[in-house]
Amino acid sequence: MMEKCRATRRLFSHSFKSLFNHRSVSDHSTLRSASVFTHHFSDNGQRCIPLFQLQKSDLLARASFSRDYKQTFWPPLGRGLGGMMCALQFRSFGSAGTKIQRNPSFATLNSDDVTYFKGVLGEKNVVQDEDRLEFVNADWMHKYKGSSRLLLLPTTTDQVSQILKYCNSRHLAVVPQGGNTGLVGGSVPVFDEVIISMSSMNNIVDFDKVSGMLVCEAGCILENLISFLDNQGFIMPLDLGAKGSCQIGGNVSTNAGGLRLIRHGSLHGNVLGLEAVLANGNVLDMLGTLRKDNTGYDLKHLFIGSEGSLGIVTKVSILTPPKLSSVNIAFIACKDYLSCQRLLLEAKRKLGEILSAFEFWDSEAMDLVLNHLEGVRNPLPPSVHNFYVLIETTSSDESYDKEKLEAFLLRSMESGLISDGVLAQDINQASSFWRIREGIPEALMRAGPIYKYDLSLPVENMYNLVEEMRVRLAQKAKVVGYGHLGDGNLHLNISAPQYDDMILAQVEPYVYEWTSKHRGSISAEHGLGLMKANEIFYSKSHETVQVMASIKKLLDPNGILNPYKVLPHSLSTH
Amino acid sequence: MKVLVAVKRVVDYAVKIRVKPDKSGVETQNVKMSMNPFCEIALEEALRIKEAGLASEVVAVSMGSAQCVDTLRTGLAMGADRGIHVEATGALYPLTVAKVLKALVEVEKPRLIIMGKQAIDDDCNQTGQMVAGLLGWPQGTFASKVLLDREKQLATVEREVDGGLETLCLDLPAVITTDLRLNQPRYATLPNIMKAKSKVIKKYTPQELNVEIKSDLEVIEVTEPPKRKAGVIVSSVDELIDKLKNEAHVI
Repeated sequence: MMEKCRATRRLFSHSFKSLFNHRSVSDHSTLRSASVFTHHFSDNGQRCIPLFQLQKSDLLARASFSRDYKQTFWPPLGRGLGGMMCALQFRSFGSAGTKIQRNPSFATLNSDDVTYFKGVLGEKNVVQDEDRLEFVNADWMHKYKGSSRLLLLPTTTDQVSQILKYCNSRHLAVVPQGGNTGLVGGSVPVFDEVIISMSSMNNIVDFDKVSGMLVCEAGCILENLISFLDNQGFIMPLDLGAKGSCQIGGNVSTNAGGLRLIRHGSLHGNVLGLEAVLANGNVLDMLGTLRKDNTGYDLKHLFIGSEGSLGIVTKVSILTPPKLSSVNIAFIACKDYLSCQRLLLEAKRKLGEILSAFEFWDSEAMDLVLNHLEGVRNPLPPSVHNFYVLIETTSSDESYDKEKLEAFLLRSMESGLISDGVLAQDINQASSFWRIREGIPEALMRAGPIYKYDLSLPVENMYNLVEEMRVRLAQKAKVVGYGHLGDGNLHLNISAPQYDDMILAQVEPYVYEWTSKHRGSISAEHGLGLMKANEIFYSKSHETVQVMASIKKLLDPNGILNPYKVLPHSLSTH
Repeated sequence: MKVLVAVKRVVDYAVKIRVKPDKSGVETQNVKMSMNPFCEIALEEALRIKEAGLASEVVAVSMGSAQCVDTLRTGLAMGADRGIHVEATGALYPLTVAKVLKALVEVEKPRLIIMGKQAIDDDCNQTGQMVAGLLGWPQGTFASKVLLDREKQLATVEREVDGGLETLCLDLPAVITTDLRLNQPRYATLPNIMKAKSKVIKKYTPQELNVEIKSDLEVIEVTEPPKRKAGVIVSSVDELIDKLKNEAHVI
């Protein structure tokens, strides 16, 4: 039931306005601004305003090579479908404009290729229709858009293998695509990469009612898996806003987080096996269903979170927890961030095994929700509170669970950690509490232009960043902080009256540097994709990234799998 | 003035109802139970009347198994002053409930009974009317607005009827049953949950109230509504016309 209510909000999460700007600048060339942070509007759309120059950071010096490939590339005209001569302009490290060039080592698609694919997949699973391609070329926010001429819909692992083997021999770049609900441009082509959609591989292979082990194909939509399991008395170990569209293969490939991570842990723990196809067409059958298996290197982890850059995940086996009958939710007000933190610590200690979500947001976020979303009301008696916390418990025993939560809340109230709070008395009330927390991205989107950051930070000083940003921006923009406090994941959002370089200059690279200084992550759960591929050094050392590049080189020597994403462009284009 | 509010424990509004395999009823084991939404509205209205200084006490009543105490606790946490639990096993039908309420009226002497127009489990919509009949009190059912006049001892009730609103004037004591748009019930706040812990819930048995639990009704079988068949995609206009003519018989 709760899932249902959440599903209504699914695609509003992390929404942006359409920020896509696409126009021709010279013969055969396309200039495109690909990131919200690099976007430069002009009234008539005819001129591009020069990018803003910012101070170099220390980190920038360390990683400056990532910007040094501005040479212009003029490829020969391709045959068949024509050469794609595209350039992508974006801001690297928030400091200077950089052009991504189409990797010249990639071939361009020709009619022989299409004939081959038709031979493998059959006529109807090889799509060249403009309208359908338009849809799969762009992400759902319309922030990133490629110009692929071909969509392939394999129905078996063997077909995926044949496609990749052929593409590898031809040096044809590919982009694997699931539900295309990503937020960082990871699932759409950058130039003319062939799109391999997993949508047609959507069968549930096996479900073991004793162990709760689910084996399914990569194209299964998360919500379909959730309802399949619901009938069996089990749940998926992950739940997120995009569940109605996103596919399990994409979830695994991006190591999606979501709302229940505090309880069930990340997919690195819940995925017990997978089957992946390498760039050369070799099928790695690691579809184990064992909880314990220490035989050699656990390679499946390479494919969890690598965003399709090392191989295409075709099947997964996931450990699913049994569905528990008792869910209780409290909506709580705290006077300061320190109280939220102490409440988290107490909740972990006193609620222990029944805690299933611990979310927080500030009064700015609350005001936005109350002002911009219809039918939402503050469950608390009118009063000014600085922070709000949502605590969810899940267990097998209704009265035990409720008693425990009530006792915990009352104690916390007496000790002053909680200023006020309400406890949902029925599912409807519970849904209305979730509606407030999950309505924040939607309310932000309605409020106007917005700069979004998804950061992992130590809980202790997570909110300091929000306060520092408020000081830096003063009256220029509204700074909102919310997120999965239990997981140390802050969603920092800056809601501005308009997209403004002056505001951006105050935010970037400051936010990334601050995160790096506190040993946080610049991408907690959204991935790097195209948007943050070059920012990886803020969270990972040069040596680490070099090893990643070596692994990439080993598994995909021609670099055909999801190029220009995840790793810095200087490394991945050889 | 004392207000008596009846609150029923039902399967939560948001739960998908499943019929027991033996067709004897609806599955209630391991299912989330909550206060009937119309009863919540009734209780909210009683609390507002009290807060407006028109009532001195709000008493919540629930009947059924021991777990009804949870529902009463919710009512007390919302703000009811005390609770009454009439413990009974087995099915309770509207006439029995109405008789128990009548017996409680003789003990408690309220001037007003507010209750939901119906419970979402059996959808009977009979109890309020039956209580009014047994007591010989006037009734204002499907209330969407309630105004009390303490001087004249009158209740003015607006009710939603086909084609508009009807306004009734009732002499107190009276029975009012609530419709969905009467108010928006409050949440149970932590301070009120804390206060509710010290409030009294008095237990009665039907025997103590001299009511015999019996029914003239017998449930033969409970079944699920027929499943809707999946739609089909037709391949041509001709096929569509053919299906509309020969299968649906609508053209």
